[in-house]
Amino acid sequence: MARTVIPFGPQHPVLPEPIHLKLVVEDEIVQEAIPALGYVHRGLEMLAQKRDFHQMVQVVERICGICSMIHSLCYCQGIEEMMGIEVPRRARLLRTLWSELHRSHSHLLWLGLFADSFGFESLFMQLWRIRERILDLNEATAGNRVIVSVNVIGGVRAEISEEQQRWILGEMAGFERDMNRIRSTLLEDYTVKSRTVGKGVLTREMAYELGAAGPVLRGSGIAQDMRQLGYAAYGDLDFEPVVEAAGDAYARCKVRFGEVMQSIRLVRQILGELAKETDPALAAKVKGRPEGEVVCRVEQPRGECLYYLKGSGKPQLDRVRVRTPTFANVPPLLAMLPGVELADVPVLVLSIDPCISCTER
Amino acid sequence: MFDALVTRARVKSPWVLHFDCGSCNGCDIETLACLTPMYDIERFGMINVGNPKHADVLLVTGTVNHRNKKVLQALYEEMPDPKVVIAIGACGLSGGVFRDAYNVVGGVDRVIPVDVYVPGCPARPEAIIDGVVAALGKLRQKAVPTAAGAGGNGRFHPRMKATGSS
Repeated sequence: MARTVIPFGPQHPVLPEPIHLKLVVEDEIVQEAIPALGYVHRGLEMLAQKRDFHQMVQVVERICGICSMIHSLCYCQGIEEMMGIEVPRRARLLRTLWSELHRSHSHLLWLGLFADSFGFESLFMQLWRIRERILDLNEATAGNRVIVSVNVIGGVRAEISEEQQRWILGEMAGFERDMNRIRSTLLEDYTVKSRTVGKGVLTREMAYELGAAGPVLRGSGIAQDMRQLGYAAYGDLDFEPVVEAAGDAYARCKVRFGEVMQSIRLVRQILGELAKETDPALAAKVKGRPEGEVVCRVEQPRGECLYYLKGSGKPQLDRVRVRTPTFANVPPLLAMLPGVELADVPVLVLSIDPCISCTER
Repeated sequence: MFDALVTRARVKSPWVLHFDCGSCNGCDIETLACLTPMYDIERFGMINVGNPKHADVLLVTGTVNHRNKKVLQALYEEMPDPKVVIAIGACGLSGGVFRDAYNVVGGVDRVIPVDVYVPGCPARPEAIIDGVVAALGKLRQKAVPTAAGAGGNGRFHPRMKATGSS
């Protein structure tokens, strides 16, 4: 049998981002996949030595445009821990609210791209139509559709008025109705199931050993969610990680769908807590400069994100190190690919929800 | 007459190629959002294609770095003339917040000629649609052959001059 090497990427219609995979195929069956990265590497971690630690908030936000809010949340939490700043509870609740909005818009984006990867274009269009509701909420509350830029060190810079809170509740009801309407197509349709069930199976043991993160890990039956650490205001909220046992592409799709529904419930809980919160303070005063080192973890839509920050009393930080979930999910992807048909490669690559600009920075 | 028909068809229904060139995804998801029901650029006859050989308009988002600059150049050269390039977002224009980073070459115009610049961080879908519509004007100019046999701003491939206009 002839072995052929087929290049996949860096410019590929199914990928919004450049990643390159060399696929060694034999009779349409993938034998090996060799990744090549570096197309989006900009060297953002080094910028920490040129910008002061307040300006870095804007830079880390642009590590990834999809989960930007959660990147800056993690960075700000790290700096606050280093400097011993107590963040007001209202600010923590608002941060949680925006990070849940980001999670649901990221998952909707992914569900749409996933549908597009096996050619279900109308489902892609419908999911992105629903996603616009979330972007409208972002724009009305923070002033920008995608990169909301609400975090500052010590708190947040925007308040959500009571009128806006009522509107968000109304939008959430509409959002939930839309999601329930699309549920049967997304999760029970023959087209979707025939392309995803049993494809790219990652067993519980493999997921654990290869160090998968986020929905890939939870889709293989391991209930690990960094939100359970209780950072921001997650400690005050009541939720359980969404877990599926099957470990295939369909299970990962189900986990993400479940997390969108979970986000809706969380937003409602947060709005309930916000109504009870009497202290109007949005941000604590920041004095001094960061000194020491700290490791901070948050749950991004794609999984666990880890920041290591080191400061030595200068306005610039000495080191910012980011470990992103896609980096953790590349080895599981490479383990999934051998043995699948070439036509399933786009589906499987998308099933880990690759975020290359996070990974390469 | 045939030329006029081709030009008209090109401007009426441009095919768009999107390349993410080291962007943070913000502009990319806004470019994709243009295709979806809320903005729906297909009503202007635009289709997103994956093959540079089919494309008339190249949408580039993000900064150029030392690795993807060859990919960007290759994509540009594979596109048939006449073609227009749109740089999207603050990074595509000048490097944006990343301009001081060590692996950033700068804006898209350091590598390939850019016809339309769409600012914003990230650029809004309305701005991107506006940029594409502005680019179509340039495409029309480039497609109409001048007396010299070259396009409006002389950015045709050298071989085009030898064989006359398309």
